[in-house]
Amino acid sequence: MTELLRAAGVSKRFGGLLAVDRVSLAMAPGAIHAVIGPNGAGKTTLFNCLTSFTPPSAGEIWLQGARIDGLRPDLVAARGIARTYQNIRLFPDLTALENIMVGLGVRRPETLLGALLATPAHRATVAAVEARARALLLDLGLGGRGDRLARHLSYGDQRRLEIARALSVQPVLLLLDEPAAGMNPVESHAMMELIARIRDEHGVGILLIEHQMRVVMGISEQIHVLDHGVCIAAGTPAQIRADPAVIAAYLGARAAKHGMDALEKRA
Amino acid sequence: MSGLLPRLQDGWRRATWVDVFLVALRLLVLGIVGYGFVAGLLHPRYGRDEWASFLVFGLVIGAIYALIALGYTMVYGILRMVNFAHGDVFMFGAYAACFTLIACNRNGLLATQPALSFALALLACMLVAAGLAILAERIAYRPFRRGRAMAPLISTLGLSFVLEYSARGMFGAQNKAFPSFPAIDGAVLVFGLSIPRVQLIVMLAAVLTMLVLTLVVMRTRMGTAMRAVAEDQDAAILMGINVDRVIVFTFALGGALAGVAGLLYGLVFKQISFFMGFFLGVKGFGAAVLGGIGNIPGAMLGGFSLGLVESLGPALFLEGIGVAAPYQLRDAIAYTMLVMVLIFRPRGLLGERLAVKRA
Amino acid sequence: MTLPARLEPLALARDATRLALAVTGACAGLVLVGLFGQFSNRWLVVGLLDIGHALMLAIALRAGMVAARGQSWAGAVPRALLCGALAGVLVVLLVMAARVANLRWMLVSLTPVTLNRVGYMLPEQQAMLLLAAGGAAAALLGTALVLLPPKARRLLMGALLGVVLAGLLRELIRSLLSGLGEIDGWAFSYDGLLPAGAMAAAGIGALAAARPGARHFAALPSRARLALQLLCLALLLLLPAVTNDFVAQVMMLVCLYTLMGLGLNVELGLAGLVDLGFVAFFAVGAYTVALLTAETAGVAHLGFFAALPFSVLFAALAGFLFGLPVLRVRGDYLAIATLGLGEVIRVLVLSDMLKPLLGGAQGIVDIPKPALFGVILGSPTRLFYLTAAFAALAGYCAWRLQHSGIGRRWLAVREDEDVAQALGINLVQVKLMAYTIGAAFAGLAGGLFAAMAGSVFPQSFQLLVSVNVLAVLVVGGIGSLPGVVVGAAALIGAPEVLRDLGEHRYLIYGLVIIAIVRFKPEGLSPAAIRQREVA
Repeated sequence: MTELLRAAGVSKRFGGLLAVDRVSLAMAPGAIHAVIGPNGAGKTTLFNCLTSFTPPSAGEIWLQGARIDGLRPDLVAARGIARTYQNIRLFPDLTALENIMVGLGVRRPETLLGALLATPAHRATVAAVEARARALLLDLGLGGRGDRLARHLSYGDQRRLEIARALSVQPVLLLLDEPAAGMNPVESHAMMELIARIRDEHGVGILLIEHQMRVVMGISEQIHVLDHGVCIAAGTPAQIRADPAVIAAYLGARAAKHGMDALEKRA
Repeated sequence: MSGLLPRLQDGWRRATWVDVFLVALRLLVLGIVGYGFVAGLLHPRYGRDEWASFLVFGLVIGAIYALIALGYTMVYGILRMVNFAHGDVFMFGAYAACFTLIACNRNGLLATQPALSFALALLACMLVAAGLAILAERIAYRPFRRGRAMAPLISTLGLSFVLEYSARGMFGAQNKAFPSFPAIDGAVLVFGLSIPRVQLIVMLAAVLTMLVLTLVVMRTRMGTAMRAVAEDQDAAILMGINVDRVIVFTFALGGALAGVAGLLYGLVFKQISFFMGFFLGVKGFGAAVLGGIGNIPGAMLGGFSLGLVESLGPALFLEGIGVAAPYQLRDAIAYTMLVMVLIFRPRGLLGERLAVKRA
Repeated sequence: MTLPARLEPLALARDATRLALAVTGACAGLVLVGLFGQFSNRWLVVGLLDIGHALMLAIALRAGMVAARGQSWAGAVPRALLCGALAGVLVVLLVMAARVANLRWMLVSLTPVTLNRVGYMLPEQQAMLLLAAGGAAAALLGTALVLLPPKARRLLMGALLGVVLAGLLRELIRSLLSGLGEIDGWAFSYDGLLPAGAMAAAGIGALAAARPGARHFAALPSRARLALQLLCLALLLLLPAVTNDFVAQVMMLVCLYTLMGLGLNVELGLAGLVDLGFVAFFAVGAYTVALLTAETAGVAHLGFFAALPFSVLFAALAGFLFGLPVLRVRGDYLAIATLGLGEVIRVLVLSDMLKPLLGGAQGIVDIPKPALFGVILGSPTRLFYLTAAFAALAGYCAWRLQHSGIGRRWLAVREDEDVAQALGINLVQVKLMAYTIGAAFAGLAGGLFAAMAGSVFPQSFQLLVSVNVLAVLVVGGIGSLPGVVVGAAALIGAPEVLRDLGEHRYLIYGLVIIAIVRFKPEGLSPAAIRQREVA
């Protein structure tokens, strides 16, 4: 079985700042990994490198055995990486359904002539796309909200719609940037279950950035800890919990002896 | 060397056919300019005096572009918005100067006290243009400071039309002749070259104005505040700077410079009209981008460069290609250069300096 | 406001004075820019009110509305009366000052005739009284419009609008109703709307405002409603055939701008690409038809319908080539870059370099009228139907595109380019397609224009055309298909009908654009997408 994702020595330099410093990671298909680290540790920058939004300054990224670093972002998406954003970035003036149909349409492009003449083939495509979009909405608990403008959805619905839109491009790897940000414990628990369910049902690998340790520890199989752009630790939740370097990075060296449990309680 | 090859390979891997097209376009333009240049040099058609006069004229028109570009660059540096009405502020400045000079001419002041008349005209055009610029800010910018990017663009376009056709209604559709006065007529010998006196005066006035501007921006409290706001608006607010006032001041300053440009334009070209502002404004914006938008020395450099290219270009390389009546294409050269800069080097010659965050 | 009783008159005077100064300033502007002079010899209602003074009264009316804001009748009426009267007096004082100062050498609009007309050619004291009375009455009317109960307000508004529209559109109405006869003489004369006609118009306006049938209409099944709407559309389309060439010409222009507006709407409204060089594609289309069909200067002597596809094709090609480089440019820079490209094209067309081919400033003449199956489409009416047919076709295409996956991709790019790309959308392809299709629409319009005018000159392809099309979109609502038609009718049709607006129309355009962007950014006919959500 080939690896889903392999990043080797990925670095990103902004002027004098090395935002991501030789980060390497590998994921198996259908795995759930998490990237954690303090604010400004370079987590989102790493995502941007993986999706080519800002191409890495050095290093190589392979997806399913093909090299993708520096490809145009839309080609990276076509290879199967989809993402969500820390500050939700939906198409605010499109309806929820249309938001998803944009993603679906990329996989099933319509021809200009077909669209103009409304040929039977075109109509069949449109019907299929719409049905699939409605199914996705229903799947993520957004049934009945398809005809609302994205900007008018509630915060939690927007988060889920963003995930639905990412799924609509039929990715093999889903990057979630703080999916549970700003959610209370009940909501973030539901989000956790949703993420696990998506992995099971869609068979995608998931890489997530998250600050809520409860979520991270609960569903991740592997955790990568970034600090100042450097990957200071990687391993299973249990290993990370016990890693003194991680605790030092999070709480400062003095608090290290209180352990990760304290942190989890705070979160 | 070993590092270069993979990078080139990488570049090819990422390149699209659009990139290829753009490179080809660049080479094509360079080729045409280069060929024309060489061909023009091989068959010299103009003497030394003619080249000198092209050069001086380029510098003069360049100075006017630079003054207009400064207004754009200061406003864009802070607000990141194009002010289509800026060219019309310049046009109103020219009219204000023109009418002041006509009034002075009527009561004889122009003949007896040319310096005083000139000063009065300068004052009038600066006041009128600064006032209009402030008005433009009120009408077309302030309501949209936090709005979509397209709204101020469109509303300044509308304002530009209002100003143009108001001027047409008020001052007439015909060209207006600038009064000529003996003090600026004639020519001066500089290094054995005969240069019209008016061009020298205009150059001198433009350079002085730019010096004053540099002093205002670098040395006064308001200038410091301006630079602070251009650097980082939020931080400036935290430092207790009244951003609204700084923005109004910036518009006023830019307007005043455009007013001076109007006066100088009138002196050089002797004729002004209501529709001259828009495209001069566009060229001024081009000059600002050429120099690096938000960059004050850049705007000056951009203005002079644009003026020189426009005035030397037809003789330098269009003649060489064998274009008939190349001077008709002067504007085409200027606009092509503008488009090229926007496409290939939007950061300009000296690099752009923009506010970190949008307002 | 709960001011002490003693201070009340003071506040009243202060408010009224402030408003009166604003009104006086606006009236002075009206005179200065020449609008008043242009319209003061045109009757709105013959013998009663000219359009110039009507504009002044409209300003006073607006002031009356402002005066009534947050006031009761007791507070508003004296404010309005005082403000209107004071403004009337001030205007006459300004006129007297202008006579003394004699600034005509500077301000060409201040002719003695115009200044006299402000005061109805009356001696100054009488003029002052008259204008003060008029101003006070208009301001009072404005106040009433705000403070009356809704029903009465609507009736009053309808009556006012009826008179204004009937007065402004007199020529259109006369030519429309000329078939019926008998309205000349009592409702309209050659000079304009007669008082009796004004009464009738007010009645019709009030009736229309009361909308007696609205409830029944709403109660109709949607299919019947659609049928009624289609019937109205059909009647509208029949108009040029049953009326005269003037109506046909105006409607043809509206269709032409609709066509261009649909094209720019693809670029700006859907894909979010600002394009101020749009006129270049229009020019490409027009010159293509000119070159391929013109009798003397042409190169191919094709028929119009054989040449038109080339217009579309070449314009699309031009759009493609334009699009390639400027795609990399964003936002404001894109506006300037396209503007620059458009100007480059115009300068080139004008130059001696291309004169042998394109005719330079003399343009290309002798373009034959289109012929379809042996029928020469020479009259404005026939040309209108030709244009309308193509506009309808373009409208259908635009509608199909907007509601297809392609349209959704454009919208996605407009909303958030980075996210769209991260979803796998090829920005280059999507934007190029918008540019190419938009340009194709403009090329079609250009081809029609060349045949319609019978000649093409570089002067017809100024930046003004691009700005006009942009204004059509802004007024109608950017991104809305019905908005394009509404905008074209409002901006292109209305000034044509108003005739002697002349170059002042661009002043009005500017004001309208500023006002719309400021107060009604979604335009007069908002995009269907927003309506759908409300429904």
